[in-house]
Amino acid sequence: MTWVAAVVHGILLGGFYALLASGLALMFGVMRIINLAHGSLALIGAYMAFLLTEHLHISTYLALAPVLPGALVVGYLLQRTMLERSLRAGELVPLLTTFGLLIVIANLLQQFFSPDVHSLDAGSIGPASWHVSSELSIPWFDVLTLAIAFTVLGGLQLVLRFTQLGRELRATAEDADTAELVGVNARAVYARATAIAVAIAALAGVFYGMRSAFDPNAGANELLYAFEAVVIGGMGSLWGTLGGGIALAVSQEIGAQINQEYFALGGHLVFLAVLVARSAASAPRIRYALRRFA
Amino acid sequence: MTDTAVAPPAPRFRVQRWTPVSVLFTGGLSGVVVALAFAPVVLGENSQNNLIQLYFLVIMAMMWNALAGYGGMVSVGQQGFIGIGAYAAVFLSVQHGLNPYLSMLLATLIGGAIAVPVAAVVLWLRNGAFAIATWVVAEVFAILVSLDPNPAIGGGTGTSALLPFTLRYTPEQRLHYTYWASLGAVAVLLLLLFVLLRSRLGGSLQAIRDDEEAAASVGVRVLLGKGILFVVAGAGCAAAGTIILAWQLSVLPLGPDSVFGINWTARMIFMVLVGGLGTFEGPIIGAVVLYLLQTYVSISGVWYFVMLGGVAIGFALLMPRGIWGTIQERFNVQLLPVGYRLRSGD
Repeated sequence: MTWVAAVVHGILLGGFYALLASGLALMFGVMRIINLAHGSLALIGAYMAFLLTEHLHISTYLALAPVLPGALVVGYLLQRTMLERSLRAGELVPLLTTFGLLIVIANLLQQFFSPDVHSLDAGSIGPASWHVSSELSIPWFDVLTLAIAFTVLGGLQLVLRFTQLGRELRATAEDADTAELVGVNARAVYARATAIAVAIAALAGVFYGMRSAFDPNAGANELLYAFEAVVIGGMGSLWGTLGGGIALAVSQEIGAQINQEYFALGGHLVFLAVLVARSAASAPRIRYALRRFA
Repeated sequence: MTDTAVAPPAPRFRVQRWTPVSVLFTGGLSGVVVALAFAPVVLGENSQNNLIQLYFLVIMAMMWNALAGYGGMVSVGQQGFIGIGAYAAVFLSVQHGLNPYLSMLLATLIGGAIAVPVAAVVLWLRNGAFAIATWVVAEVFAILVSLDPNPAIGGGTGTSALLPFTLRYTPEQRLHYTYWASLGAVAVLLLLLFVLLRSRLGGSLQAIRDDEEAAASVGVRVLLGKGILFVVAGAGCAAAGTIILAWQLSVLPLGPDSVFGINWTARMIFMVLVGGLGTFEGPIIGAVVLYLLQTYVSISGVWYFVMLGGVAIGFALLMPRGIWGTIQERFNVQLLPVGYRLRSGD
């Protein structure tokens, strides 16, 4: 039964990882860059919500109202000032600049908020849970997170499929130069994609803050989990990211079931196993050998 | 490789590797290394400690540049090998009672050996995927070390290598031997990279960095070339980790400031971008810049890393060739010749 609980909790936690990862997947899908500062940007969202709840005494959910538009602006400016130049400078440069940004953000947060842990109030839903049996209880907050993840992923998919922005995003992702030939402003499309990605990251960050305590260096782990969800899910497909997030979280929960301290390790090992399996399957020599035997 | 001369009407070219300047400088650098070997006789304790710091920074910068500048592999997980080096040296010297300096040498080789299976997992990946996969591997190493119940390793609370050093050496001897060991490591690794990059492998590596598919299509063995670099970088970073252990004597496995910490990668990227990515001399210059900054500019830990990250971003965007790459471009010099120069003949 505890194993069942581990799997159920994993599925619920997977929703959170999908939320965290969808912005990363969006940016990778459209611009082919991996934003190493993604987890740190999420963390900024959590700290901004913390500031608002502390000083204005509003609920964390209400704090999302200013945080999310703020994150849109931050993402837009980030693209226009830093990422756009990085993209032009070659495929390795975005990695270097976003890594620099990760270090800058972690240390600035430490300067302004101290290295201590903070947490956000999840409201009355926070501690409430549905007791299915003596060993399995389902926290309502986790269900809410999963529902939000579904909403965001579904919303993104609708935007991509049916709106003008979505068509431009897909065209630019396919081939930016050709998209420009038919009148798409690729730079503007990129800036909007990053704005959306950072806003979703901030939303995930606020939910992260309500789920557990966070400190200025938590962004790094969140980035790793988000990226692992993207890779396990198959790089670039949104619903795949949800599957990847769930697979990652279930492995973490099963790891923690074996030993409390194996939580992160369980996820990392499954991620590396997926990498090995995928690289083995894509290695030309092995593929050639398989074809000869098939 | 990048310097091409503008051809006169009747071009007759000759390929040149050594120039009088580079002969002079390479000889001069060898002389400097020999002179530095006498530092313990002349300099005080403080200066030696400072130079040890400079030496492990030089090693890290060279290794990270070998990966990113010559192999096109941006690793954010080299701290994994730094930690492996430090902890392997603890394992051998504290738990098995080996001589600490022999342990440091063996730990370096262990770092290289562990890089082989890691390479088999991560080398298939490109760019961002490679970067994050190396980071995950480093995290796995750190978690495994922190979960080790062995008292010599110390789990999450860290460990100390004070005992094996003090059992055999006085503090003064320890400083001198650590100084020589780290200078020796710099010299050997510098020579190794110099020879590697001047060999046939060097040319194929630069072809890989510039365009992997094109390189593969003309018969360059891409994975072999990258693999050799990755293993050398693994061993080199492990060597840097052993020096850090011998220098500060105690190490922690977890957190950004530990031996497995991401802050090492921040330093490496800073040094290489400031000095000049993909130039042989650049990382040494970058290491000297970082060393001077942290020795002579008093700056708090937090702002120090904000500065590292910010300056790295600035160089990546505004001066992507770094200090040395820019000088090289303007004055067409190469002091440690790993490439070839095309000169219009007389």
